Amino acid sequence: MSHVLDREAAEALQAEVERRRAELAELEARLSGWTAAYEATSKRDDTDFTTVSGRVIAPLYTPADTREDEYLRDIGLPGEYPFTRGPYQTMYRTRLWTMRLFSGFATAEETNERYKFLLERGQTGLSVAFDFPTLMGYDSDDPMSEGEVGKCGVAISSLADMETLFDGIPLDRVSVSMTINGPAIMLYCFLLATAEKQGVPFERVRGTIQNDILKEYMAQHAWIYPPEPALKIITDIFEWSAEHAPRFNTISISGYHIREAGATAGQELAYTLKNGFTYVERGIARGLDVDEFAPRLSFFWDVHNDFFEEIAKFRAGRRIWARHMREVYGAQKPESWRLRTHAQTAGVTLTAQQPYNNVARVAYQGLAAVLGGTQSLHTNALDETLALPTEHAVRIALRTQQILAYETGVANTIDPLAGSYFVESLTDQLEDEAEAIFAEIDELGGVVPGIETGYFQGRIARSARRFQDELEAGSRVVVGVNAFEEADEDHGVEILRIDESAGETQRRRLAELRSRRNAEEVTRALADLADAARNDQNLLPPMLDAVRAYATLGEIRVALEDVYGRFKEPISF
Amino acid sequence: MSERKIRVLVAKPGLDGHDRGAKVIAAALRDAGMEVIYTGLHQTPEKIAATALQEDVDVVALSILSGAHMTLFPRVLRLMTENGMDDVLLTGGGIIPSEDIEALQEQGVGQLFGPGTTTGEAVAYISRWFEESGRGVEA
Repeated sequence: MSHVLDREAAEALQAEVERRRAELAELEARLSGWTAAYEATSKRDDTDFTTVSGRVIAPLYTPADTREDEYLRDIGLPGEYPFTRGPYQTMYRTRLWTMRLFSGFATAEETNERYKFLLERGQTGLSVAFDFPTLMGYDSDDPMSEGEVGKCGVAISSLADMETLFDGIPLDRVSVSMTINGPAIMLYCFLLATAEKQGVPFERVRGTIQNDILKEYMAQHAWIYPPEPALKIITDIFEWSAEHAPRFNTISISGYHIREAGATAGQELAYTLKNGFTYVERGIARGLDVDEFAPRLSFFWDVHNDFFEEIAKFRAGRRIWARHMREVYGAQKPESWRLRTHAQTAGVTLTAQQPYNNVARVAYQGLAAVLGGTQSLHTNALDETLALPTEHAVRIALRTQQILAYETGVANTIDPLAGSYFVESLTDQLEDEAEAIFAEIDELGGVVPGIETGYFQGRIARSARRFQDELEAGSRVVVGVNAFEEADEDHGVEILRIDESAGETQRRRLAELRSRRNAEEVTRALADLADAARNDQNLLPPMLDAVRAYATLGEIRVALEDVYGRFKEPISF
Repeated sequence: MSERKIRVLVAKPGLDGHDRGAKVIAAALRDAGMEVIYTGLHQTPEKIAATALQEDVDVVALSILSGAHMTLFPRVLRLMTENGMDDVLLTGGGIIPSEDIEALQEQGVGQLFGPGTTTGEAVAYISRWFEESGRGVEA
């Protein structure tokens, strides 16, 4: 390189800098004129121009609102740090998002039939919805379970039920996602033992357990034990699975329930990521190599009504996760930095009034998830605010995704909204908001003290109340609810009804199981499990033994409750 | 007319963890001047009836989003009757189909509120019931 060329290059660069500076100065001058004109003009009075989370939105965004000169640092390329544009290099050009609708109802037999039906029609993964007793670790014949068996999902009380659920479904070929948290380790062991019976080795079992207990304390409330033992169990799962079931996603860190309970977009983002960091810290404290378990962590976002704020949330989430994983936790592998996510449209936005309008809501929300770069998507059915969905309603929800994927063209290019002054500015704002909330949580001493003192629960309830007040004051319009109502409404939507027979069948089946199995073996296995808990050993091996002996879900829960106690919620409203 | 505050027990029976509605309603009833006790989650019908008796409430409001309303409402109602609380209002809300609402009302449950109800409607209903019951005057 000659000096002449260097000097020419330097001069050209200098000229370019000056041109940009002059352009920005002119933009600012013209913007102040534009703003004066805007201020002088009348505005609509049916909105205050805030997002559903209360974020104030400016009338116009320009290069003055973005950190444009930091493109490579903040935005970059898809599949590259900091992953703002997507976790994978080629995104939907290589593979569309997974259209994963979760289902489950009544008994294992009935759900098994539904799964086989879905698999025959080309679905490649299953997503299991459990009933409330299962979600809380109760057997179907427990008095607490009465009236709830098989109502909101399938009832699974032992390995025998799990064997029936996956009868004829090879667990090395079908990936199974299980929405289970408090008793995640029990259901995971039921699944592993079922695979074993099918002759499928653990290292070939694919799937996901939600297993995110922290958000249960914050929002969904399907907890069993207090936070410390619950976190110990989750770390046991990370540790054991890294060695024995490396293809299994051991956690799906979920913002969904936090948002549905009332949180804002910023709270959902910050609380969820902070929960993720907490799990990472526990793994590291156990002595695990962060790059051994971090690639198996996955996320689950809600996708709500405010279109651009939601897209920005997905993008900001990837960037924050990448930065913290690399810079704070010292992860070396790109797989540890990249945030992969599932998304579900916001159930809480569905209205019982004029329910067919929900199809439009779900479509817009689904579009936001795709523009945000989700890896899989559950679209809600239009009738889910009335009851569990009918097959007809579920089919419309699935077709909505197919229309998005194949007709709208939005999946043709990667992260199409990158570079939008508005979307980039929102992405930056959400990142800043999340960092501020992280600092607030750190002040409390972390996530666990925040849960124990009711900090998160109080914040979420307050946000829920704010939304309800805005709705009732009419400052937040919900079509069909506080505006554009139909007098004399008969929605005409068919309702799915689940009868009480699942409860009876399950009670009978559990009685048979209890008389058939080797009672001594069960007692011994449960005692061994409790001993392992007392001695702070990894619970997976003794749990698997108890499950193989057909100890029930409720028996295992109680055995550990005797050691760990139960979580007591701080009550506030 | 009524001098004293209306006492309301807001309760979450069964295993259902959805408490957004229960908490919003509890806060709204409190802000409307009522005395509100919230049970927290995962309560048995027996526990709810016992709390209602002990707290001497005027109204029991159940929030059920799990589909178990046809089991839980009648059970709480029966336990209330057995404990001499015939004159206490049992009301509530959740995901409850309209045929079920009618069936429960025939059994003696009060008005039940579905999605999209304003907190104002619930406050007005409870206040009106209280006026008409004459409970405020006795005490």
